Amino acid sequence: MADDPLVVGIETSCDETGVGIVQGNTLLADAIASSVEEHARFGGVVPEVASRAHLEAMVPMIERASAEADVALDDVDAIAVTAGPGLAGALLVGVAAAKALALSLGKPLYGVNHLSAHVAVDQLEHGPLPERCVALLVSGGHSSLLLVDDVTAAVEPLGATIDDAAGEAFDKVARLLGLPFPGGPHIDNAAREGGHITLDFPRGLTSNRDLERHRFDFSFSGLKTAVARWVEAREQRGEPVPVADVAASFQEAVCDVLTRKAVDACRATGAGHLVIGGGVAANSRLRVLAEERAARHQIKVRVPRPALCTDNGAMVAALGSELVRRGREPSAWDLPADSSMPVTTVVA
Amino acid sequence: MLLAFDTSTAAVTVAVHDGSSVVGSHAVVDPLRHGELLAPGIVAALDAASVSPRQLTRIVVGVGPGPFTGLRVGIVTARTMGAVLGVPVVGVCSLDVVAVGVAVDEPFVVATDARRKEVYWARYDASGTRLSEPAVAKPSTAAFDGPAAGRGAVLYPESFPRAVAPEYPDASDLARLVGAQRARLLPPEPLYLRRPDVAAPAARKSVL
Repeated sequence: MADDPLVVGIETSCDETGVGIVQGNTLLADAIASSVEEHARFGGVVPEVASRAHLEAMVPMIERASAEADVALDDVDAIAVTAGPGLAGALLVGVAAAKALALSLGKPLYGVNHLSAHVAVDQLEHGPLPERCVALLVSGGHSSLLLVDDVTAAVEPLGATIDDAAGEAFDKVARLLGLPFPGGPHIDNAAREGGHITLDFPRGLTSNRDLERHRFDFSFSGLKTAVARWVEAREQRGEPVPVADVAASFQEAVCDVLTRKAVDACRATGAGHLVIGGGVAANSRLRVLAEERAARHQIKVRVPRPALCTDNGAMVAALGSELVRRGREPSAWDLPADSSMPVTTVVA
Repeated sequence: MLLAFDTSTAAVTVAVHDGSSVVGSHAVVDPLRHGELLAPGIVAALDAASVSPRQLTRIVVGVGPGPFTGLRVGIVTARTMGAVLGVPVVGVCSLDVVAVGVAVDEPFVVATDARRKEVYWARYDASGTRLSEPAVAKPSTAAFDGPAAGRGAVLYPESFPRAVAPEYPDASDLARLVGAQRARLLPPEPLYLRRPDVAAPAARKSVL
């Protein structure tokens, strides 16, 4: 077991109930139930609805993962669970289930950071992480640039959004354009199906003055408002809104800033690798632009496949397995769920 | 070997019952830390009884009604332990657990704190048999001049002038109730009694 620990990972920080099983860097099972459809009509995730769904999905997902991996739970080396950051009530369901699993089986428990898990999951796809990398994590809840020297111990924040998360901006603009929730995939599709980058929307925190204080930070609130102003002005004049063009132009503004700052972070820290994770990493334009810009500076981009970019249990298991392999200390039975867990805390 | 616990109130209470009596127990009152306190409480109660999880043959959990977040901690713990250990899991209305501890010879009510100036409550006859379905209501609606147990009776004396013990459910009572086959068993489903607080989004505000 020393080199390839068998670990169960549980993830409930938002609206996905994920239970994954990995052995070292090999993915054995990744069971996911999502309550996204229950939230769609509210235009965003409703915490109590998500928490209720986690309770109902938890045991079925544990059973599905164990069957898929074809392993007896008795044989696992440890249980890992997202302890934060995320929705407090939602996290608590996963943390309680993980404790129940660990104490029933007599196995160690690791309460881990959701953001570190988004970085660690890339090991399942592309093998061990390099000694130093920059991670760009972008989802409906997070937009962060991290310097990762050791995903089990040394994760430093370089920057983060100062207002909306990137995925949140996608959701809000989608709603404005009459596209369904979650907005990311719908905007991506609209842009790909005949959208042209015709509108010059603002790039937040990219002026020289802003860069002095917020070199690696993001802001998407002003962009969202600029898009809303443009669309409403069109509507007031009784003109049709070119949805595909607005989607493409908005998406370009987001991806431009994300990739520009991510590459700048790699150059500033001497990192030769950029890992991208989170739901927005599934965006086709983000992937293309990141590859293009990184290649100019001999920086390698690592993006896991979309199913591993969005929230899942396998990413938690991947980090857990690495923690066991490195002999890190497990968590105590009174492990709390911490909705605002700092990125510097890998294991709580 | 039965493991019983309840997280539907501010009390996080655990007991182990060997078929004839309670052989280990643990309880803490703290309204905001159910997620932190339950697992250590289970470990402590099992240790006190010198019982390992593998020796358990049944799990029973209080299914509320109670504040959602804490309630779910107990229910997901019970369901997960049951699934992993391969033992049956049953639920009991948490108001019934409070009722077990009431020592009066007349009809009474149990009223627990539902927050938002409301109580979760039910009526019981002199023998402790529940007469009404658990409900959530303003204290004035549930008001009763006779004996009233539970934290709600302590919080709202104008509606419940004769507060009696116990204030919180005790897992030892829960374990004894199930051990003696006197419990009204339920599936391990939460009695939420309230819908989630959600509203469909209002029309978008203009930015012009």
